[in-house]
This record gives sequence, structure tokens and C-alpha cells, in this order.
Amino acid sequence: MKVHEYQAKELLREYGIPVPRGRMAATAEEAREAAEELAGNVVIKAQIHSGGRGKGGGVKLASSPKEAYETAGRILGMQLVTHQTGPEGKKVRRVLVEEATQAAKEFYLGLLVDRSRGNECPVFIASEAGGMEIEQVAAASPEKIIRCAIHPVVGFSPFQARKLAVALGLDANQKKTFTDLARNLYRLFVEKDCTLIEINPLAVTLEGRLVALDAKMDFEDDSLYRHPEIKALRDENEEDPLEVLAKNASVNYIKLTGNVGCMVNGAGLAMTTMDLIKMAGGEPANFLDVGGGASAEQIERAFKILTSDPNVRCILVNIFGGILRCDRVSAGLIQAAKNIEMKLPMVVRLQGTNVEEGRKMLQESKLKFTVAEGLYEAAQKAVAMVV
Amino acid sequence: MSILLDGQSRIVIQGITGSEGSFHAREAIKMGSNVVAGVTPGKGGLKLDDIPVYDSVADAVKERNVNVTGIYTPAAFAPDAIFEAIEAGIGLIVCMTEGIPVMEMVRVKQALKGSGSWMIGPNCPGITTPGIGKVGFMPNFIHKSGHVGVVSRSGTLTYEVIWQLTSLGIGQSTSIGIGGDPIVGSGFVDILGLFEKDPLTEAVVMIGEIGGTAEEEAAEFIQSEVTKPVVSFIAGRTAPPGRRMGHAGAIISGGKGTAADKVRALEKAGVAVERNPAEIGNRVAEILRKKKKFTA
Repeated sequence: MKVHEYQAKELLREYGIPVPRGRMAATAEEAREAAEELAGNVVIKAQIHSGGRGKGGGVKLASSPKEAYETAGRILGMQLVTHQTGPEGKKVRRVLVEEATQAAKEFYLGLLVDRSRGNECPVFIASEAGGMEIEQVAAASPEKIIRCAIHPVVGFSPFQARKLAVALGLDANQKKTFTDLARNLYRLFVEKDCTLIEINPLAVTLEGRLVALDAKMDFEDDSLYRHPEIKALRDENEEDPLEVLAKNASVNYIKLTGNVGCMVNGAGLAMTTMDLIKMAGGEPANFLDVGGGASAEQIERAFKILTSDPNVRCILVNIFGGILRCDRVSAGLIQAAKNIEMKLPMVVRLQGTNVEEGRKMLQESKLKFTVAEGLYEAAQKAVAMVV
Repeated sequence: MSILLDGQSRIVIQGITGSEGSFHAREAIKMGSNVVAGVTPGKGGLKLDDIPVYDSVADAVKERNVNVTGIYTPAAFAPDAIFEAIEAGIGLIVCMTEGIPVMEMVRVKQALKGSGSWMIGPNCPGITTPGIGKVGFMPNFIHKSGHVGVVSRSGTLTYEVIWQLTSLGIGQSTSIGIGGDPIVGSGFVDILGLFEKDPLTEAVVMIGEIGGTAEEEAAEFIQSEVTKPVVSFIAGRTAPPGRRMGHAGAIISGGKGTAADKVRALEKAGVAVERNPAEIGNRVAEILRKKKKFTA
């Protein structure tokens, strides 16, 4: 689960990590008040869950409360387009008003879990080349990336902080601050079950102080049950409305841009079904895993979500019945199609336990099901309906 | 022949009194699996059908000499169940539980190091050796005893592939779902190593997907250590970057972990990568035919 920069910075502050003074504003008036309180130059930063906000025009300086009012007024409500938002952009609902900080140097500091074989542990990534995307740094000048693995049982040791500090070229005073900063960041990472923390840039100010100028955090969805305070930071406005609906109905759904909707049991088979639609010359409208159990109610909920996407012109159902029998799936499909008055054509491919009964039920239901046997055949039939 | 699960396996089910645990224990027994004990803390002394339930894995080891465990415990308690099984000296730990936080798996990996335990999962359908039985919940009817090893990060997609093989008359030595999480007990490399050593496995099917570097690591390993033919399929060619595709581990991040990268690495290592998932079985059949012609 992602959070906004202002929320991430509040957590950093809570863990003793230096961040600029500032506060969130949801209206231009609040931004003016914040600027007044901060006095001096401020920076107004659009709060959306996407990178590249500056380039998109979502980060601006203001030298007076009046200017802060005007700038915030322009940013709030705009559809901010960045390389991560897609062409439609994201609506800005909040800004962060912060004291403007001049950086003498900008570093990158990240913390994530390495999943590669034999190295499964948290790892600090640091670079003297801060302020730009770390992937670009890694591609262009890999020697500028420093990694520091942390033994999960031993924990983070001060020598590791010193090693990172030396590599970043920090002076004696900064080293001390950096050691505390890194240790606290690791504590935050573990205690809050983060999957990613990025401070980019971590700046050295003109006065020589270290400060986190930007912060990105991602939290483990599977751990939210034990962090109600983090769960409360979720901003549903940042998610696709259909995905929010799906999440609340325990349906695993991701909206895509095509017009062939699909409903599949199992994540691997669901991805494969998308690939098959593409192979057959179509474009998948979504990823949807109804789960291994897939009760009639679950199928109905999934159908409702699929059909709420106006782009969808045909639905491909692909079920491999194991313990979940195909005849039960068919009963669920028929009931759901009747209950929601399904208008869209549907291709159903069933395989597995009781497949014959399942297919027969669909064919006899007088509903608009096209039954397919083969995996690829199913995708071809579905794509043929939309071209 | 088979790997990991064989005629010597004596299985305990941790979480056997739960709805998942009891249902799948009974299904496994229908298939002939040697389930001899269950464990649910606080429910020692009860029975599920004829299976005695114990309070701890250590008790089940002592009383029933178990050496394999299937874990169905809910995510919040699963790491504890895994640690308990390692401590009790269980040789094969198979964890089906979905939703174990990644940092817990980091700790589990540490605990596994230097222990005598192998772990499969979590978030996996388990392991099946046709003719011997299963730990996990792969459907019983799809399997057929034979000489192709199957290893996969997925569930239903794995059933699909196993069923394609069985329908073509191609049996399996052992089928293993290694799980869809970012960090798992055994990876492709571990299982490929076992299949390579298993005298009765003639070829291996490896089903990968986007996210992480497990397929790239497997490609390197295959190049240097695997002599048997490997057929592979990678799911998620159309998956958008930055999104978790159902499995916690299926995510393209920072441009890394794409299907294209994985296909390239595997093909470079001489793996037969099939693009059409409906053709995986046929591709295996073709390779087995060629192999026979060659050895005849």
C-alpha cells in the first residue's frame, strides 16, 4: 500500500529522521496559512501517488503567503500528468506546503527487501547521484550505487552506517547524523512492515545539515492487519474506483485498457489468459482472479465489477475446476448472469472436475454462453466477438 | 521415482482441525497419501476420523514418527508453525498459507539455513507424487505416474499443464508448486537440482511468471548443471509494470522482472520456451519423442 509524501514524512518525523518543516493543505486558504506559519520561501508539492510530479508542474516555489495561496489554488484540482500516471493524469486533492530548502548535495537512500536467491534480506541502497531516478543511475553508472545488506537476525550495525557514510563522502558531523538516520530508518522499515522506503533526495543543506527532501513509502498489504495506523493512511482516491470496489469484495482485480474482460480462477492462469487474449489479437480489459474457492456469490461479485467497466465488450471466463467442480461453477455463472441481467456475450472455457456436466448446463441455460474447450480456442472466440 | 515426497513419507498436517486443513487432509488421504497425524495447539487428544491430533509437532514426531508436514495455519500463525516444524527436525515442510509478510519469510529463510529441513511454499498448491500421494491441494484426478518433473510458481496454471501432460499420456515423477510469494522456501534452482539427480525424471517443465529473478537464476543453473531437457512457459507478458498480479511476487519493478527478460535468459540457456500455454504438453511430447529417437 502506497502513501502520500506528507504521510511518509510524518512517519519519518516520528522516527527522528530530519524532514523540512511543513504541513498538508487541502485548500488554497490552508496553504496560505501554512506559508504564513512557516515564513519565508515555501515549496508547494502536489500530493499524488506518482513520481515525476515536478516535471509535470506539480511542484512550485512561492515567496509569500499570497503567492502560496495562488500557486496552491492552481495545483489543487488539476489533473497532474507524469510519466507514471498515464495520459489522463491524476487529480490533485492535497498539497504539501514546506519550507524551501537549498541543497548543496543530493543523495539517494533506499531500503527494500532483496528477493534474489541466497540474499533474502533487507538491503540499503545508497547513491551520491540523488535527485534522479535510481533505475536510471543503475543503468547509466552502476558504480555509483552502493548496497548494504542487513542480516535480519543481527539487525543494522553502526559500522554499516559508517560504510555508507564514507561512500557518500559525508563529513564527520554528518556521519554521526547519518548513522542515527539510517538506524532509525531501518527501525521504521521493520516496525511498520514496509516493502520500500526511498528518500530521494536526501539532501545536505547549505548549512551542512542532512534532511529528507522527498519520501516514498510502500507498505506490505499482508501486514496491514497488524498496523491499523498505517491502514488508516490509505487514500482510495488514488486507486481506480473499480479496483476499490473489487478489493472491498475480495476479488483480485486490476483494470487494464482493452475490451475483452476476463474472469479466471488463480493468478497465474489469469495472467496467462490475458497473454492468450493478446496472442489472439485482442486486448485484455483486466486481470481478475476469482480465487480458488469461487462461490456463486463470488462469481456474481466478479461479474458486476467486470461489467461496470464501460470498455468491456465481451467476457472470457476461464476456469480450471479442481476441488471446485465445473458444474458448480456453471450453476454460479448462470445464476449470476440472470441476477445481473448480463447483456454482454460470454465465452466460457471450463476444464477439470465434472466438466461435461458443467458445459451441458451452460448450453441448456438459453443464456448467451459460447462454450469453448481449448485454452487458445477460448481466447480466439472471445477476440472474434469484439473485432 | 520421485523427489521429496516418496514411499517413506509420514505426513503430519499442522492446522488439521481448521476447515482448510481437515478438508485437504481428507482429500490427500483419498489419493493414498500417508497422513498419520495432525497438530493443532490445544487440541491434542482429539481425532480427525482416525488421525490422532497432537498439541505440538514434537509430539507428532515422537508418537507417529512423522517426517513431512503440510501447513494450513492462518498467515498470522504460519511463521510460528514453520519454526516449530524446523525445530522438530521435519525433513520436508510444505506451507500452503497465503499472506505471510515478506519479512517473516526473511526470518524463515535464516532458520532454514543449516537445518535439515526443505521447505516448499508458502502460498503454494504443494507437492504431488503420483502413486504416492500429495501434500497440498492439487486436484487428485489430474496426475498420472511417469517421468516428467513439473515445477511452477502458480496454482491453477500448474493443474492446467499437468492435465495437458496427463491427457497426452505423459506421466509425472513429481509436481511441485513453489509458491507465488517474493521469497519462498525452495526456488526453481533447488527443485531443478533435485530433478536432475532423480534417475527417473527424464524432462522438466518449469512454469515461471513475471517478477523477481528466479527464472534468470534458473537459466544460469540450467546452463551449467542441468543435462535433462527443460520446457518452460512464462506467464504475464501483458502484465503492466508496477502492479502486483495476484501473487505477491508477480510484479515488474524498476523495469526488472519482465517476461521478455526471462524468456531471453532461458532461451540463451537452451530451454525450450513455449509461447502458447495451450501447447506446453505438445512441446514436451515432441521433446520426449526426439530424446527417444536419439537414445534408441
